[in-house]
Amino acid sequence: MIKRSYWSLPYLIFMVMFVVLPLILIAVYAFQDGSGHFTLANITRFFTDSDSLQTFALSIEIAIENTLICILLGYPAAWILANRKLNRSAVTVMLFIMPMWINALMRTLATAELFNMLGFTLGKGTLLFGMVYDYIPFMIYPIYNILMKMDNSYAEAAEDLGATPWKVFWKITVPLSMPGVMSGVLMVFMPTVSTFAISEFLTNNKIKLFGTIIQENINSSMWNYGAALAFIMLLIIGITSLFGDNKETQAEGGLI
Amino acid sequence: MKKVLAKAYLYLLLAMLYAPLLFIAIFSFTESRVLGNWTGFSTKLYVNLFSGGMNGGSSLLAAVENTLLIALISAAFATLLGTVAAIGIYNLKGRKKAAMQFLNNIPMINPDIITGVSLFLLFVFLHVSQGYATVVLAHITFCTPYVVLSVMPRLAQMNPNIYEAALDLGATPAQALRKVLIPELRPGMISGFILAFTMSLDDFAVTFFTRGTIGLETLSTYIYADARKGGLTPELRPLMTIIFLIVLILLVVMNMRREKMNKTN
Repeated sequence: MIKRSYWSLPYLIFMVMFVVLPLILIAVYAFQDGSGHFTLANITRFFTDSDSLQTFALSIEIAIENTLICILLGYPAAWILANRKLNRSAVTVMLFIMPMWINALMRTLATAELFNMLGFTLGKGTLLFGMVYDYIPFMIYPIYNILMKMDNSYAEAAEDLGATPWKVFWKITVPLSMPGVMSGVLMVFMPTVSTFAISEFLTNNKIKLFGTIIQENINSSMWNYGAALAFIMLLIIGITSLFGDNKETQAEGGLI
Repeated sequence: MKKVLAKAYLYLLLAMLYAPLLFIAIFSFTESRVLGNWTGFSTKLYVNLFSGGMNGGSSLLAAVENTLLIALISAAFATLLGTVAAIGIYNLKGRKKAAMQFLNNIPMINPDIITGVSLFLLFVFLHVSQGYATVVLAHITFCTPYVVLSVMPRLAQMNPNIYEAALDLGATPAQALRKVLIPELRPGMISGFILAFTMSLDDFAVTFFTRGTIGLETLSTYIYADARKGGLTPELRPLMTIIFLIVLILLVVMNMRREKMNKTN
């Protein structure tokens, strides 16, 4: 009988083929010109092209703003949901999570159409609102999860020792829930930088984000520059994922 | 007082989250081709959707069919591959195990656009013509890690001796697999399958980059193309309403199942 650890071999081969090799190809194409010779031109083009740099800066700015608003609005919601004195209804929790299961494009389109009907001009304001709308469930869920799992005895001990509720919240609850906030940040920040359809819908294609220029380059057969942009994004992912605990990323997994 | 404020805050957020969905649902019951223009109650859009009698022909229904079929095939393959992989990874030790778990995490950390672009480059590099098969392969790639993560906890909970016991009592490895191992892992496999299925349904970016130019449309790419053209196909309204309802019902059923399981444990 073959050893059972060998059962991971098919998956290993599959992953090397469809995950590792493609990622290497991004780097390969990023450092090649159209005829396959090594070049740094794609990377230097990004750093010297003010349009690309501006788009990049704007994407990061929107992503930071979106993440901050999601924390500001989402943390209190998660806290209330996890507080047994304030909320006992599992249905309310489910209602907050349900949007995660609906196709993001559909939800975004609905939001854009609602803005259109209400007569708002599509632009940066609507983009931010739509982004928050799209991503806030991904912030609320991991925070809620960690607050639910939290050991209450710390907070009770602090209370017994005379801490005010406000102090308990800032000195106990917030620090203990930081891993949840971090995974929320991971699930909101990177997708915001990389999205393309969402920003196009919400601004009527007036504002381009980093994802959009990657998409445009790839689709107009400028693979090498597109790959260079994707490569830069990969580097950012590498940096941001250092801040978070990857095991918490599978928020949706806990649902079933 | 505190409770009222807390409730008010939650309901305000929920109102914000659901306003666009309600808006679409309400206007799915009127005939007007322009959204936001109420021309009286009508179920014509629903009839149109199911009879395929609309301007764009039956392309919307075809897109729904493609989406479901791709999700079904991808989730099935991902469940098979992921379950076998989970058993293998569980039995690995030390560095090899850590390396496989790290590898398994990559597709989950990567944004869709990176997965999409990297697979696009792979298919270009290998000169594979892109279409149905490449989309399914791409979906298996980003779905399988979720299956692995759903099955692993079941393996950890399982008593490792019962498999050996089956062998000692004369079961062939195949019998032991079918009668002992698979039943033990089934709940994890089912959650993995459901997760993979919904991941595939939700996907836009990966499909967009790997579908090639043969005109393959899933619901997401259909919506994207539709929105770019400017005019939103009115029949999308009833379709979206139906999808919201299905998701809602599914979540309620799943929550009830989980509560029941929690009680029996």
